[in-house]
Amino acid sequence: MDIISEIKKQKLTGRSGSGFPTALKWEMVKKAKSNKKYIICNGSEGELKNFKDKFILKKYPEIVVEGIKAALKTIDHSSAIIYLRKDYYYLFKGRLKKLIKDFPIEIVKKKGGYLGGEETVICESLEGKRPEPRIKPPFPVQSGLWGHPTLVNNVETFYCVGRIIRKEYKKTKFFAITGKNKGVFELPEEYTIKQILKETKNYPSFKFFIQSGGGAMGEILLSKELNKQVEGIGCLVVFNAEKTKPLALMKEWATFFSKENCDKCTPCREGMYRISEMINEGKIDKKTLKEILIVMEKTSLCPLGKNAYRPFQTLIKKVIL
Amino acid sequence: MIEIIINGKRIKTEKGKTIAQVAKENRISIPLLCYHSDLKIKASCRVCVVEIKGDKVFQPACSTKVSKGMEIITDSKEVKNARKTNLELLFSQHKEECSDCVWDGKCDLLKLAKEYKVGINKFKDRKSKYPVYQFGNSIQFDSSKCIDCRNCVEVCHNQGVDFLEIKERGSFFQIVPSKKKDRDCVYCGQCLTHCPAGAFEAVGEFEKIEKPLKQKDKVVVFQFAPSIRTSVGEEFGLPYGKVVTGQIVSAIKALGVDKIFDTSVGADFTTASEAEEIISRIKESKNLPILTSCCPSWVKFVEQKFPEFIPNLSTTRSPQSILGGLIKTYWAKKEGINPKKIFVVSVMPCIAKKFEITRPQLRIKEMRPVDLVLTTREFARLLVKRNIDFAKLKNQKADDAFGSPSGAGVIYGASGGVMESAFRTAYEKLTGKKLQNVDFKDVRGMKNVKEVKIKIGKETKKIAIINGLGFAKNFFEELKAGKRKGYTCIEVMACPGGCIGGGGQPMPTSEEIRKKRAESLYNIDKKIRIRKAHENPVVKEVYKEFLNKDKKLAHKVLHTSYNKKLKGTVKRV
Repeated sequence: MDIISEIKKQKLTGRSGSGFPTALKWEMVKKAKSNKKYIICNGSEGELKNFKDKFILKKYPEIVVEGIKAALKTIDHSSAIIYLRKDYYYLFKGRLKKLIKDFPIEIVKKKGGYLGGEETVICESLEGKRPEPRIKPPFPVQSGLWGHPTLVNNVETFYCVGRIIRKEYKKTKFFAITGKNKGVFELPEEYTIKQILKETKNYPSFKFFIQSGGGAMGEILLSKELNKQVEGIGCLVVFNAEKTKPLALMKEWATFFSKENCDKCTPCREGMYRISEMINEGKIDKKTLKEILIVMEKTSLCPLGKNAYRPFQTLIKKVIL
Repeated sequence: MIEIIINGKRIKTEKGKTIAQVAKENRISIPLLCYHSDLKIKASCRVCVVEIKGDKVFQPACSTKVSKGMEIITDSKEVKNARKTNLELLFSQHKEECSDCVWDGKCDLLKLAKEYKVGINKFKDRKSKYPVYQFGNSIQFDSSKCIDCRNCVEVCHNQGVDFLEIKERGSFFQIVPSKKKDRDCVYCGQCLTHCPAGAFEAVGEFEKIEKPLKQKDKVVVFQFAPSIRTSVGEEFGLPYGKVVTGQIVSAIKALGVDKIFDTSVGADFTTASEAEEIISRIKESKNLPILTSCCPSWVKFVEQKFPEFIPNLSTTRSPQSILGGLIKTYWAKKEGINPKKIFVVSVMPCIAKKFEITRPQLRIKEMRPVDLVLTTREFARLLVKRNIDFAKLKNQKADDAFGSPSGAGVIYGASGGVMESAFRTAYEKLTGKKLQNVDFKDVRGMKNVKEVKIKIGKETKKIAIINGLGFAKNFFEELKAGKRKGYTCIEVMACPGGCIGGGGQPMPTSEEIRKKRAESLYNIDKKIRIRKAHENPVVKEVYKEFLNKDKKLAHKVLHTSYNKKLKGTVKRV
């Protein structure tokens, strides 16, 4: 079976949130000329209120490992690494080892926090350097770990590949939902947010808004905006519109980002600090905030800074005003 | 060739170049702040961002490479506003102390603040309570000025020193001096010359510059280093590498100083003594390779990191220390002055020279040969303070007592200069023959490690010349491991390009600037009739009249010793 054509046929896209076509990524690494290539299974999810990889690793580790093994077979001169956040490492190491058998797959414990899950940060940290993002290009598919072509895919992406091999793939996606019926649910990927909330018994009876795509980076959507799919990682958080304090929510995000960012580039380092400062002092200057959110989105170095503006901007626009 | 469009203008250029490079070649201005040509592109300040058609976010011009058909906009309102906001955020972490800054108001931060109408006090200084650290008695790091570009950390690593580290404190990463026992500052000052924000300065930089003029009951004697004659003009708007020897003398005279001598003459004495050492060590096959010792950062590095090589260091003193010693012995006696009444000031391209003069091994009869070191920058600042219009000064000559240097003494300021000078002399002493071609061109240039074979009579000697301490570190590790062998002499200068790239030199610095400063030194050498140190009549005379007569005192003036060193102090001030 030509796995890449199969993946292409299923129109599988990466499940880390970027939505990059998986077949294209595999092809790029396959075609790259090098006597050494790496495959990294990224199991280092660090978004607030997201726990879908944990669910998959617990319930379907054999399918994930099958996906990784398929990549090893497809890509010449390759070896693989399962990169796990610390707690997952201790939880799943034993089981995964048994499934790996004698395949060249190593299990590595993650260093650093949230940002440690970004693909170039993983490469840096595996090389023993400070966990900081690299300037792209070159992209990991061209020059990743130790300068070799590297395929970085999320746990869920490898799970999907595993299902494709077993001819069991049904175009489903995992959704981590924080609501009255908290949990991880596997549902058709074309489901709208409304369908997801209803089907999982998370659709509230009170006035609410939700955060879609991540508990920190996700965008804020009002109840009338739910006829669309989740953008980014499959993560939904339901908020009671009457009981939630927007300032406290922003503070939670700002604290998270300030702690988790790498402090390398100006807009993210200083911008996030000034946002925290304004929130803590309870004095938000809208013009200044807008200026900061613009430079974070437009001029930050890595996806963290580039996307961190979104929750703030959408919350202010839709909830506070 | 590919074609791109910048601000509507079609431009033909080559693939592989960055947007910033192409813009510069086409005189399109894009501000660069964390970029330094000596260092890796970090793209962290985000001030050079530009718009690329089809891209929804902006890209940094310093790191983004051009591609066929790329349409770039560098001057839209959105781009300018983004730069302005990022500059305001940078200023929000930078405590301004412009009146007391090594950049002297000429930094890019301030220039851009004007250009982009930046509210430099829009935010409260985030770092106002950040500490000032002092390394030994030489360098201060004011972390409240740091804008987190991390150039200092990179350059400190490149120097093989790794004293500056990034550590997480609270929710921020900060730059701090290492607490590790085996890591210590060597005072090379490369952090200072590569910091866009002026967060580093020499201890007392600018505060003590008037000290020489306040020595009311003393005879004040100035000496000036070889390398500053092609660099100090930059502080007064003269072109890079402009030769200003005569103006330096005039400027010092205009300060009302009693006597002025040229440290390059001191270098001629260093050469004469070091050549003797080379010859005797070759004859005895002892303590080879011989290592140069005129760079104080290098000496400290050996004492701390490679103590097993201490016996290899040349015991000959550095030019400023020999000349200072001769001033307080030979010249004082000749002039009938009580040497304790003499105050010697050196103008040096170097911060570590401030440390060197405090070395106890240099004392002669309880006196320090040199009492105060001013960096090139401090010297320039002193002239400005005294309203001396340097660029308009006429040329004058240094005082007679120590005459003029040979060409060999002048090239000390560039990497390779010490070895070239030493071999111009050693060759003649070893072979007894006249050296016809004095130009050892292979030892010159900016290459960090130069390996040269020199034929002396029937023998060929292998020598190495290293500039940049990190390269020296690797070299000596290989030497220790036996991967390198057979060297007779090794010259090491801590700073890139040698003293012309020193930590006390005018800012900015780059390879291009250092090259110009070095070239000018070689041009001076070419024009001097006497190009060998031992042929300098002053050297001959002082040896005959003084050094050869009192061998014990001569040894004190010409030689020093070294010892294994522990980590210096790091304190908060």
